[in-house]
Amino acid sequence: MSDVVEKTLTALPSLLSLDSQPGSAKLSSTSKLGNLIRGITELTSKHEEEKLIQRELTSIKDQVSSPNTSMRQMKELMVRAIYCEMLGYEASFSYIHAIKLAQQGSVLDKRVGYLAVSLFLNESHELLLLLVNTVLKDLQSTNLIEVCMALTVVSQMFPKDMIPAILPLVEDKLNHPKEIIRRKAVLALYKFYLIAPNQVQHIHNKFRKALCDKDPGVMTASLHIYLQLIKENSEGYKDLTASFVTILKQVVGGKLPMDFNYHSVPAPWLQIQLLRILSLLGKNDQSTSEIMYEVLDESLRRAEMNHNITYAILYECVKCIYTIQPKSELLEKAAKCIGNFVLSPKINLKYLGLKALTYVVQQDPKLALQHQMTIIECLDHPDLIIKRETLELLFRITNGQNVTVIVEKMLDFLRISKDDYTTIDLVGKVAELAEKYAPDNEWFIETMNTVFSLGGDMMQPDIPNSFLKLLSEGFDSDEEDRKLRLFAVDSYVSLLQSEPNKLPQRFLQVISWVLGEYSHLSAELEPATVMTLLSKLLDLKHTSSETKSWVLMAMTKLCEGGVAISVAQDIYETHSSSMDTVLRQRAQELQHLSQDSELRGRVLPRDAGLMPLEVDSSLSFLDGFVSEALAAGAAPYKPPHQRQEELAQAKALSLEPYSLSLPISMSSCSIADRQSPTLMSMSSGLSGDSTDLSHKGGSTTLKLDGVKRVWGREGYLAQREPVEETAQVEVPSPLRSPSQQAEADSTQSQTPTPTVTPELEQDKQQLASSLFVGLGSQSSVCLMGKSDPTPQRFRRKAQGRASSSGASEKTPTSLGSTPSPVDNLLCNSLLDSNLVSEPTNQTPQASQSLDTTNGNCHEELTDVKENNPSLIHNNEEPDKPKDLCLSSHLPTELSGLSHSEITPLCSNQSVNLSACHVQKEDSLQLVIFIFNSSDSALQQMQLQVDSGELKLSLITDSPVEEVRSHSVAVCHYSVTVKRPSVHVEVLGMLSYQLPGGTPQTIQFSHKLPLTTFIRPLTLSTEEYGSMWLAFSQDTKQNLTLINDDQDPLTTTLNVLKKKLQLHVVEIIGVEGIVACQLVQDQPCLMHCRVHAGTLAVWLRSPVPDLPDCLLYHCQRALQEH
Amino acid sequence: MIKAILIFNNHGKPRLSKFYEHYTEDTEQQIIRETFHLVSKRDENVCNFLEGGMLIGGSDYKLIYRHYATLYFVFCVDSSESELGILDLIQVFVETLDKCFENVCELDLIFHVDKVHNILAEMVMGGMVLETNMNEIITQVDAQNKMEKSEVNQDLTYSLFYLPV
Repeated sequence: MSDVVEKTLTALPSLLSLDSQPGSAKLSSTSKLGNLIRGITELTSKHEEEKLIQRELTSIKDQVSSPNTSMRQMKELMVRAIYCEMLGYEASFSYIHAIKLAQQGSVLDKRVGYLAVSLFLNESHELLLLLVNTVLKDLQSTNLIEVCMALTVVSQMFPKDMIPAILPLVEDKLNHPKEIIRRKAVLALYKFYLIAPNQVQHIHNKFRKALCDKDPGVMTASLHIYLQLIKENSEGYKDLTASFVTILKQVVGGKLPMDFNYHSVPAPWLQIQLLRILSLLGKNDQSTSEIMYEVLDESLRRAEMNHNITYAILYECVKCIYTIQPKSELLEKAAKCIGNFVLSPKINLKYLGLKALTYVVQQDPKLALQHQMTIIECLDHPDLIIKRETLELLFRITNGQNVTVIVEKMLDFLRISKDDYTTIDLVGKVAELAEKYAPDNEWFIETMNTVFSLGGDMMQPDIPNSFLKLLSEGFDSDEEDRKLRLFAVDSYVSLLQSEPNKLPQRFLQVISWVLGEYSHLSAELEPATVMTLLSKLLDLKHTSSETKSWVLMAMTKLCEGGVAISVAQDIYETHSSSMDTVLRQRAQELQHLSQDSELRGRVLPRDAGLMPLEVDSSLSFLDGFVSEALAAGAAPYKPPHQRQEELAQAKALSLEPYSLSLPISMSSCSIADRQSPTLMSMSSGLSGDSTDLSHKGGSTTLKLDGVKRVWGREGYLAQREPVEETAQVEVPSPLRSPSQQAEADSTQSQTPTPTVTPELEQDKQQLASSLFVGLGSQSSVCLMGKSDPTPQRFRRKAQGRASSSGASEKTPTSLGSTPSPVDNLLCNSLLDSNLVSEPTNQTPQASQSLDTTNGNCHEELTDVKENNPSLIHNNEEPDKPKDLCLSSHLPTELSGLSHSEITPLCSNQSVNLSACHVQKEDSLQLVIFIFNSSDSALQQMQLQVDSGELKLSLITDSPVEEVRSHSVAVCHYSVTVKRPSVHVEVLGMLSYQLPGGTPQTIQFSHKLPLTTFIRPLTLSTEEYGSMWLAFSQDTKQNLTLINDDQDPLTTTLNVLKKKLQLHVVEIIGVEGIVACQLVQDQPCLMHCRVHAGTLAVWLRSPVPDLPDCLLYHCQRALQEH
Repeated sequence: MIKAILIFNNHGKPRLSKFYEHYTEDTEQQIIRETFHLVSKRDENVCNFLEGGMLIGGSDYKLIYRHYATLYFVFCVDSSESELGILDLIQVFVETLDKCFENVCELDLIFHVDKVHNILAEMVMGGMVLETNMNEIITQVDAQNKMEKSEVNQDLTYSLFYLPV
């Protein structure tokens, strides 16, 4: 530090003299700031700094509020305030003065004022409203610099509600003669688009004009907008592909003025932006991709100069080539490029090379093989970031054969990593791999032990959750399950015997659950021994009370036999007076159940995991209690929003209109929906308490009723429980049996070693062969479009392939045990055809098409299908055989309802995914069809769907894991909206394995307009009135009226009613009220008034963003009309 | 999008911080501290990219930094920015500063925070890259400085005029 101080001090005088321009004010201001800085650098402790800054702030405060301070001095004070804020000391008193300075000062003062405002405030700060007028004035100024400043501050932050006020002015600036203004205006509009998309809908044409602007700078700015728009909806902008290609061609060809060159590369940033746009446009679109092949080739060729920025272009080029529809020549060049990156001695390029490899490795695993030695070297690279990226790459190429090596590498990294973020991420990945590919029980349990100890309490709660689920649900053979559980028990007992105090809480919870549930499997383990081990955990200082309640629960399951009961008695005595009510509850349970072994057997049956548990979500078992309470004079229950309303009505003047309202109660509901075991235990514990409290000192029977429910829900962990399943779509794939591992090992040992380079060490090669085993063979996605002529380094035994597919056939998969929807449908139709005595006529095309798509697998059922009445029902579109066939696979409960068009999601050589949806009253039913177009069955299939805005729950009883050749599997989800957005998107990933092949994944996204979730909300005008008051989120806007000869209001509302399924509550004169709801139970009210030829609408809802989104769709609906 | 631009010295003292997304004052300071912590312990011969910590936004975010003598320049960006592109943008920024201040050093940044911010505003606007051409940036900044000079002179006559009174 001292050298810095010295340097600063010596440099100060020269700096000051340099800066001393005519005018003493200038000098003194600098020296004041100089004094402050000098003061700070001389300090030695944080405490002194704090004192100094506080003194400084007080002096600034005095001066800014003094009326004698000139604008010039004010400017200087602001710079000092900025400095203090940068160091982290709040100077909120100066905010208002910053706004004043921007308002009143001369151009120069304004600049500092605006700067201070943009550094001090944020878009939700209330003071910002005071700036709106200033911005308005400056936007109209003739001084270019003032206009620029206004545009800059607007794009940094502007209150969303005030955008309409300045929008026309900013729009006008798009025609400004100065290019810099046009440019800034484009970016400001882009910012508006980001924060309020519906407000700038009407100016999309102007964006196009900006794209065609004669100034390349303005065009470049408009690309920001297009990148975003195309990211959201690539279909809508395909027509621009040719334009983007032309622009890129011109840029690459050096047609831009020399000014745009950077290190003699023409406009590199522009090229990068264009390449990103092209890759979005060409994704999954052959014809669009074809337009860009030439220019991509040209870009690759031109970008050969040896400067950093050309690598940036090359990298984007490579990514683009691998994203769009493949073309073999380009792929070859791109692969060479990736090679250059990976092999480069420059570390940044190596990093990007690894990233590129990670990106392409799923399509082209051979590329990773080519660079295996480099990858191995990167694993030992001193830079952790490179190491981390390499692990990411390895994660993508993991399969059943290399999993042990890769997981070991990951765990090694975890042991040295200090970064929380990396730990959480990597722990999740290891757990995922362990579940997917574990070769044997011991390895699995030991790996998970390491995961739990390293991941600590930071890791995602899903990991212990799904581990316990896996353990309790078991796999195909009971014997295997037993071995796995037994191994877990043994390993945990020895862990507890050694050093339990070092284990993280989550791990302790897992341990206690497993011991409670399965320690009886071990013959030599006495319950009392386990009890004693567990009771030690209770005495540890750092054990959290949550863990303690897990431990107590486990003990309750264990207390059997004399010694155990006396341990239980001791525990009860210490914890029955605990301050923690949940613990006390658990101790009570332990005490009661240890006394009454018969009751315990009923409440906590062994192997409860095998019995399906019925959850009575309506809590009907409480009906008796409720009616008793009502009879005794208790007030009936009111849901929270109703209470809220009544509260609002009760207060004549509601002073807190934005207090607790519906969304809060909803969010709490959704927390309870997706339960981790911890959350579950907490909430169930609480519910147990609340019943206890509600009937103070109730009889034992009543109390135990509460206890039973708690355990019932706790048992939930162990159950194949429908609600849980829907929340978690991911299904653990079966573990491989040891025999298979042996098989794999033998394959491994027989793999020919890769081409030997003498200087490479033996062990590295060994590592390589163990890491990359199973990669080169059978890449089912052959991008080159030709069968692969390159010699495969790793040839697997044909036998191995046969055995692995044989194994999966031999074991009954879920498809066999529980009927899949496909089978289900066939069964049903069989029944149907029995009922319907006269088979209805079948059009020839339909049956034919059905046969061809369903292929030979269902041959034995063909006659049944020909009589299938549900087929006839769907047979309205004979010219769409595929659609028709898929629709015949709709789940039976949906088959009678009208469904949307079946849209293809994605496909590759072996699978086609498509989806459709059915609107039901309380939800949207989404059906995903997985059509296996390959000649062999898809195995270990997992379909994961997720969405930020939606809640998806799987309806099908058990997830499908296998699809036979040329047949269809159906996944059926019930969807409701979590968070409204104009378009909601479902992201999904299907992973599967062809017999003997490497695992494949295919990703898709499916967009649904919000309108599919909107349902009419029938209510009376009075109800409307009271709801209106209670809602806090609102939006107002003018819409176009539909003018025909009749009453325009009625016509317009009818259009909205028809298109958006709104409910028109009442129309009186020029006003109308409309109501609708977003499934499920998220109301939105709309008030419409005809005013000056437009329809003024005012929307209110308790749900944030819902009014905005609905408004957007209203606009669209009326425009389309 | 660029989420934040930070400049701090080898001791972690902030010299410039500009956030294009709203964080609370405390979070901003924490981000600066954490970023410094991450960046400062890296050797010279490692890559210039870092995965963002949890504070800044998780896996989608990246820290791209360059180290010049006593100063670290750190850009925090999301996945829509090109890593190497940003790395060169930092270079452009520093070269521009160098031109504007004639051999820029840490002290210039300290004493002319406002000027540095103004230069930055011509380059990055609201988190979006506005201009990458150094000459263009300097032209814009110069135009504003000219205005400043003329105003200083105006100001002087103004105060002289009132001085006798």
